[in-house]
This record gives sequence, structure tokens and C-alpha cells, in this order.
Amino acid sequence: MKRVLRWLPALLLLAALIGAWELYVDLGGVDPLVLSAPHDVAKAMYEDRSLLWSNFLVTAQEVLLGILVAAVVGLALAIGIHFSRTLRRAVYPLLVASQAVPIPILAPILVFWLGFGILPKLVVIALVSFFSIVVTTLAALAAVDPELLKLMQTFDATRFRTFRHIELPAAMPGVFTGARIAVAVAVIGAVLGEQTGGSASANPGLGFQINLSLNQSLTARGIAAVVILSLFAIALFGSLALAERLAVPWAYQSRGELSQ
Amino acid sequence: MIEAPIKEPRDLDGPAGVRVEVVGRTFGRLHVLAGMTLHAAAGEVVAVVGPSGCGKTTLLELICGLQKPDSGLVQAAPAALMPQRDLLLPWLSAIDNASLALRARGSSRADARTAAAPWLERFGLAGFEHSRPPALSGGMRQRISFLRTLLAGKPVLALDEPFAALDAITRAEMQGWLAHVLELEPRTVVLVTHDVEEAVMLADRVVVMSGRPGRALADIPVDLPQPRHRTDPAVVALRERALVALGMTT
Repeated sequence: MKRVLRWLPALLLLAALIGAWELYVDLGGVDPLVLSAPHDVAKAMYEDRSLLWSNFLVTAQEVLLGILVAAVVGLALAIGIHFSRTLRRAVYPLLVASQAVPIPILAPILVFWLGFGILPKLVVIALVSFFSIVVTTLAALAAVDPELLKLMQTFDATRFRTFRHIELPAAMPGVFTGARIAVAVAVIGAVLGEQTGGSASANPGLGFQINLSLNQSLTARGIAAVVILSLFAIALFGSLALAERLAVPWAYQSRGELSQ
Repeated sequence: MIEAPIKEPRDLDGPAGVRVEVVGRTFGRLHVLAGMTLHAAAGEVVAVVGPSGCGKTTLLELICGLQKPDSGLVQAAPAALMPQRDLLLPWLSAIDNASLALRARGSSRADARTAAAPWLERFGLAGFEHSRPPALSGGMRQRISFLRTLLAGKPVLALDEPFAALDAITRAEMQGWLAHVLELEPRTVVLVTHDVEEAVMLADRVVVMSGRPGRALADIPVDLPQPRHRTDPAVVALRERALVALGMTT
């Protein structure tokens, strides 16, 4: 009962939004090719379930691997920048600039280098999602109490051991926070990667399917794909929160939970 | 709680004393220390009291070699710091926090735990080895923090207001506890505190510092055996003497 009550506000809001959407399409005279009604989306989701599911699996794999790549690259860059002032000056502006590069400019080059497989999609996902991980990890590293570093100095700790025993564990909550910010953009990254990167496979992914559906005037199927991606983003966010709770329980203080 | 010493982790080769001679320390335009002098013989407990901002923490960092003096001379045997707040690492258990200094020198986790385990028992922390800091009381956290500094194996301990954050009852208990530990495990101790009574209860000598720029105003010997009682007329008289030296007339 308590669990139901916890989710009640979210469910009520969702029902209200869907209801308003349904009324708007039914009574507002909107062309169903522009915007399908929720009941049409639900119908499409049921009828095309096997197509949507097999394409979802492709996109889900891209997103999961992409976030993993982003976490590794983000952590490595943050550590490098934390240790080297030169690296900070040289690399940080470029990292910011990298976030302004439009994916369609990049996509042809990635296809040219990496082909039509999963690799160019991983690059796009990692590119759009690593930045938040770098920023939050750097913030966590900078938040280490300077007194602790002095303490380690009087214990004759080498720079590396201070990093290993103090700074690296302290940085882990930052990695998780960054990954949670990255989740939503990573899904958009996957869609962009699929739409611009093309595909040679039978199941090119939900992002690619959205384009196909719209081109074939199957708007309801396209929106159904979007709904699935949204639910996936929520599930990922929740799983990351759970993983954080298990991996860094000391930092878990009900920060930014989906539901408390 | 504490029995006979088990294993001495300290390195007592060479002189274990501290000499701070007419030291000056300036940060930009801020003169923190000017002509500060302090001596601590091997095995002596010297308390430093003074008003806030008189450079007490700077003095400890000079003794620990974390800073260099701008003028004067600092000669000290290797010193380990005990910071003001306990600063226990929340991701480590009590025993892993206590043995951090051993890990810092490259011991394996298993070796560090083996070395620290008997100490936790002696410090009344048996059964709490695997508790995380948030599950421990303030007094326990402070004992682990002290043990962590002790296990660094340095002949000099630099304690920076170690009990300032505790409530009055726990603080009194911890003062008695520390006096007892130092009887069994003698070290050269420089104890910075703003609590004159704490200084008289724990130290062999009390050095009273002036406001900034800090220098020594008085050096008061405390020739009283442990355990001391805060209501003992001799303790009260010394406390008054230190307060007068601080410029506080009661």
C-alpha cells in the first residue's frame, strides 16, 4: 500500500497528461499523421510488439555500452585533469567545445572510419554523455578535505597511495551522479547515432525505426518507439540509483531519487 | 580497557623532541606567528593554548613539516597529525580507518588489519572493528582517529584540538582516556587546545600563546601526577594561572 501511495502522484500526473493528449487529438482536429492519439499509440505498440522489441534490444545494448564507455573515458579524463594543470588548461576547453559539435556533422566521418555497425553509435553516445561525468567527477575530487591530504602527507603516503586510498573512492559518487545525468542524453545520443549513422542490419534500432515509421506515415508506431525509449531512460536512471546504493553506500543520502 | 603495552609501533631512533625557535610565519600580509618558541623533550606532553586565530594550527603544521617557517628554526622528530575533526573515511570500517597509516606506507589490507586489531581491543573498540564511522559514537570516532595517528609510528604526535567537537561529558571522558593511554604509550605530544582545563589535565607543560601574531607568553609546568582531578586545588590554581597569562581575569 505504501509503495502504491509513493508512486501515486507520478501515476496521477501521467494519467492527466495522457488524458489531455487524447482529448486534444480527438476533439482538437489534429491530423493523426502529425500526432497520434494515445489509444492509437497503444494499439501500435501491441501490434508491432515484436518489431519494437527486437529493435529495442539493439538500442538498449548501444546505450548500456555507450554509458560504460562514457564512464571509463569520463573518469580517466577527470583524473588526468585533476592531476595535471597543463592537461586541465589544454584539454578542458576542448571538452566543452566537443559538446557543441552537431552529430550530423560528425556522423559521416564516423561511418567512414567505423562502418555501419555498433561502433559509430557508441562513439556518438559516449560523446554526448561523457561530459557530465567529467564535470561531476572533478567536483568530487576537488571536494576532498585538504586536511585529509595533509594527514596522508604526515603518514608519508606517496601521491599515488593518497590517490588510491582517499581521492579515488571519494570520486566514485561523482561518477555515478554524472552517469545519472548522462542517462537521458545517452538515449537521445543513440537515436541520433542510428538516424545519422545508418544501418545494414535487419534490426537497426528504435531510433532508426522512428525515422522509418515517420517516412511511412506510421506516426503511431514512431511515437510508440519514443514511449519505449522514455520508459527505458526511467528504468536506467532507477537502476543506476540502485547500483550507486550498492557500490557507494556511504554516499547514498536520498539525493535526487525518482521516489523517496 | 587498556592493559600492558603489546607491540610498540614507534621508531625511537634518534632524538624524539621538538624545537621551535623564534619562528615567524607570514601569509601575504597576515603575520600568523612572530617569534614563537616552543620546546618539547622526548616523551613530554606540551599543551598549547591561545585565542582563536593565534596560529596554533600553523604551529602544528610547521612541526609536521607541512609548512616551512619564514624565519627562525623548526627541528622536530617525525610527527603525525591528528586533525581537528575526526575525518574518518566513510567508506572504510573502523579497523581500516585505524590502519590507514599502514596502508599509506604500502602494507596489504590483511597485514594492516592484523597489526591494528589488538589496538582496537585495547582502545575499547572490540566488536566495532567492522562498523562504519556513521554507526559509531563521537568518542569512538575520536579514539579511532587517535589510533590512526598513533599507528603512523611517529615519535611525535601533533594533536589539533582533538576533543573540541565532543559534548562536555564525552570530552571529559576522553581526556581521562588520553592521559591514561599516554602513560602506557609515551610519545612526545604537542596538543593544541582552546580549553585551558584540558591543557592542565593532560599536559606536563602548558604554553600560553598571544593573539595574532602568535608567540609564547608563558610556559607553565604542571608537576602533578596522573590521574588528575579537575576539582583538585592544584589543578584549579594552574588553570587560573594560565587564564591570567591569557589576559582573562576571573
